[in-house]
Amino acid sequence: MKILYALFAAAFAALAIVPFAAPWLQFVLTIAIAKGFAAVGVALLLRAGLISIGHAMFYAAGAYTAAFIVLRSGISDLFVLLIASTLVTAVIGALVGAYLVRYRAIFFAMLNLAVSMVFFALLSKLYGITGGTDGLRVPVPTVLGMTLTKAGFDIVLFYVALALMAIIAGLGVQFLKSPLGHAVGAIHTNEVRLEYLGVSAWSVLLIAYTISAALAGLGGAIAAVSIGHVLPDYAYWTESGHLVLTAVLGGIGGVAGPFIGSIFLEIVHTVAVGVAHNAWNLIMGATLLLVIFFLPQGLYGLVTKSADKTSSAKLGENKS
Amino acid sequence: MSQPLLKAESLTIAFAGIKAADNVSLEIEKGEFLAIIGPNGSGKTTFLNLCTGYIRPVSGEVYLEGEPITGWAPRRIARQGIARAFQIPQLFTDQTVRSNLLLAIASRQGVWDGLKPLARRRYQEEADELLELLGLSAHADAIAGTLPEGLRKLADITLALALKPRLLLLDEPTSGVSALERFSIMETLMNAMRTKGLTALFVEHDMEIVERYADRVLVWNSGSILAQGKPAEVLQDPRVVETVVGVA
Repeated sequence: MKILYALFAAAFAALAIVPFAAPWLQFVLTIAIAKGFAAVGVALLLRAGLISIGHAMFYAAGAYTAAFIVLRSGISDLFVLLIASTLVTAVIGALVGAYLVRYRAIFFAMLNLAVSMVFFALLSKLYGITGGTDGLRVPVPTVLGMTLTKAGFDIVLFYVALALMAIIAGLGVQFLKSPLGHAVGAIHTNEVRLEYLGVSAWSVLLIAYTISAALAGLGGAIAAVSIGHVLPDYAYWTESGHLVLTAVLGGIGGVAGPFIGSIFLEIVHTVAVGVAHNAWNLIMGATLLLVIFFLPQGLYGLVTKSADKTSSAKLGENKS
Repeated sequence: MSQPLLKAESLTIAFAGIKAADNVSLEIEKGEFLAIIGPNGSGKTTFLNLCTGYIRPVSGEVYLEGEPITGWAPRRIARQGIARAFQIPQLFTDQTVRSNLLLAIASRQGVWDGLKPLARRRYQEEADELLELLGLSAHADAIAGTLPEGLRKLADITLALALKPRLLLLDEPTSGVSALERFSIMETLMNAMRTKGLTALFVEHDMEIVERYADRVLVWNSGSILAQGKPAEVLQDPRVVETVVGVA
């Protein structure tokens, strides 16, 4: 476990120097982390055996909430935007989830898809409120009362996103170790037994769903202020599919998995587009197939396996 | 006179016209170890399902120490003190026996206590005590789904005991295990029951088990109670011999 934490600390340190060592990666990684939050939410539901093909709606809800607050109320502080977007999305998640978590398997997946597409249609059609398919422009927010240039703000946002990733990962690990975290996994394994232990599977799932929506909302808000523009496409079903793919690719064995998956996918995507503009889909597809075939536990599984091997080798050295 | 721990009054339910409970009334006294026997499909497990809220009766009431619990959800009934072990053990098969048990212990508080770890000392100590009592200490760190049937049965019973129930319902605790294992399981179970001072109702097909361990036996046949009383007497009843003992 120590090796694993050391690996994560090294990766975190490597990310922290990106604005200076590889500035071209800064925007890519900010978006990757933003999507990573949403993918963590999706992964939480996957632990309960539920696939949501609609979580992009919460990503979009977070993004639009940030845009509305800046444009309508005039409040433009980054931290206010992030907190408010997360809370608003949590409330939306709780309301939608109260109905959806009654369903399982394909019904849950399809209902999430249906609700997200209704949300997408509303964002596209309510031109007067949402800007329709043109979306809304999001001005550069202030940071604790300070007005920054776009370049300066992007650096601050990158580090805020990085810090939030570390905080969410820490809280996520604690959550998964808690009785409630175990109960989420128990729903997948044996919901009947959980009910006979006196625990409401509906309540457990509603909490998980609300947390997952809040995380997606946080990611959406980060994306909105980073890109400076929100569009209905944020809620489109292919984006939801992308989040599921990210979670599975990264691995749901640990909270770090979806972040690893998201960063991996965004980097592969960026490099593929740069290397072969007309064939980037092919490169992405081939990469995904390789990961799916050879890493059934996702990229997180590869990381933990490497850490285990290193631990075993060290143990062997110490014994001899 | 104190009221019975569990009282079923005029319970009726049928499936596709076949009655699994036909105006059945019965009581379980505190401290009693009551066995229900009967042919396959006679409605024994259905009675457990009615008591635990898994299904609702067409008519009739179930009372737990005088409080009507008919139609309550299984989780609410579990929180009121009726725990159940299943004929096919219901475990979280991808987790260790200890993790299963820790979650059961934590569930008494409703699992809502924030981010505190499940594997906290107080729960661990209680889990160790229960594992010791049920003879599962050596298997505590085994993945529950990989255990043999007899041990999975005991693990399932341990989860029910972790709820500190007022009434324990056991559905065929020795079915599917070898002849050698069944008495060992029952001895372990009875030891735990006596230690905890529990009341229990168990559905069973094995007449030797019933004769040796039950305080009272109730014979269920086609949704009705055919006979009840002390095992030594009931198992000699010619009607019981004809319908149950002879075919069990």
